Amino acid sequence: MYVAVKGGEAAIANAHRLLAERRRGDPAVPALTVDQILQQLSLAVDRVMGEGSLYDRRLAALAIKQARGDLVEAIFLVRAYRTTLPRFGASLPVDTGKMAVERRISATFKDLPGGQVLGPTFDYTHRLLDPDLEGEAEPEPAATAEDPGEGAMARVTDLLGEAGLIEPDPESDGEPGDLTREPLSFPAPREVRLQALARGDEGFLLALGYSTQRGFARSHPFAAEIRMGEVEVEIEVPGMDFSVPLGRLKVTECQMVNQFRGSAAAPPQFTRGYGLVFGHAERKAMAMALCDRALRARELGEDETAPAQDGEFVISHCDNVQATGFVEHLKLPHYVDFQAELELIRRLRAEFEDREGGQEREAAE
Amino acid sequence: MSTAQEKPETPYNFAYLDEQTKRMIRRAILKAVAIPGYQVPFASREMPMPYGWGTGGVQVTASLIGPDDVLKVIDQGADDTTNAVSIRSFFAKVAGVKTTTHTKEASLIQTRHRVPEMPLSENQILVYQVPIPEPLRFLEPRETETRLMHALEEYGLMHVKLYEDIARHGHIATTYAYPVKVEGRYVMDPSPIPKFDNPKLTNSPALQLFGAGREKRIYALPPYTRVESLDFEDHPFRVQEFSEPCGLCGASGVYLDEVILDDHGGRMFVCSDTDHCEGRREAGHRGHLAGAMGAPGAEAAE
Repeated sequence: MYVAVKGGEAAIANAHRLLAERRRGDPAVPALTVDQILQQLSLAVDRVMGEGSLYDRRLAALAIKQARGDLVEAIFLVRAYRTTLPRFGASLPVDTGKMAVERRISATFKDLPGGQVLGPTFDYTHRLLDPDLEGEAEPEPAATAEDPGEGAMARVTDLLGEAGLIEPDPESDGEPGDLTREPLSFPAPREVRLQALARGDEGFLLALGYSTQRGFARSHPFAAEIRMGEVEVEIEVPGMDFSVPLGRLKVTECQMVNQFRGSAAAPPQFTRGYGLVFGHAERKAMAMALCDRALRARELGEDETAPAQDGEFVISHCDNVQATGFVEHLKLPHYVDFQAELELIRRLRAEFEDREGGQEREAAE
Repeated sequence: MSTAQEKPETPYNFAYLDEQTKRMIRRAILKAVAIPGYQVPFASREMPMPYGWGTGGVQVTASLIGPDDVLKVIDQGADDTTNAVSIRSFFAKVAGVKTTTHTKEASLIQTRHRVPEMPLSENQILVYQVPIPEPLRFLEPRETETRLMHALEEYGLMHVKLYEDIARHGHIATTYAYPVKVEGRYVMDPSPIPKFDNPKLTNSPALQLFGAGREKRIYALPPYTRVESLDFEDHPFRVQEFSEPCGLCGASGVYLDEVILDDHGGRMFVCSDTDHCEGRREAGHRGHLAGAMGAPGAEAAE
């Protein structure tokens, strides 16, 4: 008996009501507040801000709540909101050398001006599940430095740069490109690649960065410095001869330093891979830096042999909002195309069986 | 700015996109109309529905729609499939426009994977949702290469692919998204419509626009454009044929969906274009299975 597939509108509305109910969970359990997410799931908030490319902790936390903790869905919510915001202009480059450092480590120097500042890190924790967290146990208060120091610390790459051992920072030539306002074309300039990587999916970039360590475009990286803390954002206003501060952002910066034996054009020196992400997102910043360096292969005259070096491949596929949309669109109806394929397969089958049948008859004779 | 008094009760601009973005998209559309079949890059925005779910079509529609337009949205030929319902209600909400399921009443039709059976008129615009705008993509994955191939009109690879189909199967084994050549110049992907619909593209009185949001491309077929499906002299282009008519309205010469009725191999064929099917049933046409369904006409007329 044929049942007409009708009532799509009512079914969708009902599905959305069920979704809202499932999001809330058991009403006997108190509802999660946005503040709780902001405070206690802050690294998830940071990831959503970074890949959502909108610096707004509260909206990111709201998105996580609305998305039932599905971070890619939360990133999508933030992006869809971001796209409605007007763009006023480009800020001046933030000076991470003047960062109010919360964490700063270098893997290339045992000690350096400003010292190693571990900050809040999972590093060196033993990954043993802590049953105490089932309860409401409050952590012991953390020790704080009596003298927090100057705050600003010279960047390791600047220290190396003074001796000429590392390539200089590239000069900035005016307003950077923006892939949310202009269609991407390849090869993309480095600043656009970096924008794409900063918005890119952490897992995808992590895997690609990892692949370079395993020999697919090996680049001999050293984590010269990872720093996390607040930086000031300033903008130039026409008619004023000083820059105007807009506010402060928490960012994580990773400067990878890579061995480079030199080419016809460049002397042997260390080269850089750069990662900069909103909030505290070390894994992402490091993966981004590895990918940035790999994507500079052509510029540095290296052979392009590995996926991580392929700008079109990496940039076209690193955006998880695009990727999830297109993968999940397979859930949409495809009756029409499938019907066309069904007809073709039946025809090919019939031709195949005719041929087989013919051969059997021949064999039987 | 536009139509402040028309604005429905949402915090967004009329038809969601801001006027600057609409202008940018309209510029891309104008360029696409000026160069039929050429894929114009545009700064596609992030939309509140996922990439791959019609964001390109939605942006084209949003940039063209006015308060007096009547919008029809179809997916797989049907007005009542989930994504068509979702996009239609999106525009009803953010633009407050009148919507319809009747092809002849619509001034703007957004479609995914079908061209309506009823011939379109000069007063209509058909907006296609496009997943992969590049017809050469599955032969050459790199955009840098395929753009060059279009620039040089270098389409040998496509002909070799079609030839290999014939060598292997005796006929061309592409059944949907069947490539076409526009005004003798650009090879174009007609979006994943069944090749059955390809003949409706040529010389159409309606403006046909194609939007690919994720891939950031817009292309167009202006009214009365010559569109040829690629083929060979000795293997001319042919469309699908169905061995039986629509089980509900008895139409033949239309595209049909196969519906599985039970787990004993029972199946029926029904019109993919639901509006066309309902119109025929209202006019008194009956297919051989229409009786088995109770009163489909009454249900469908809602």
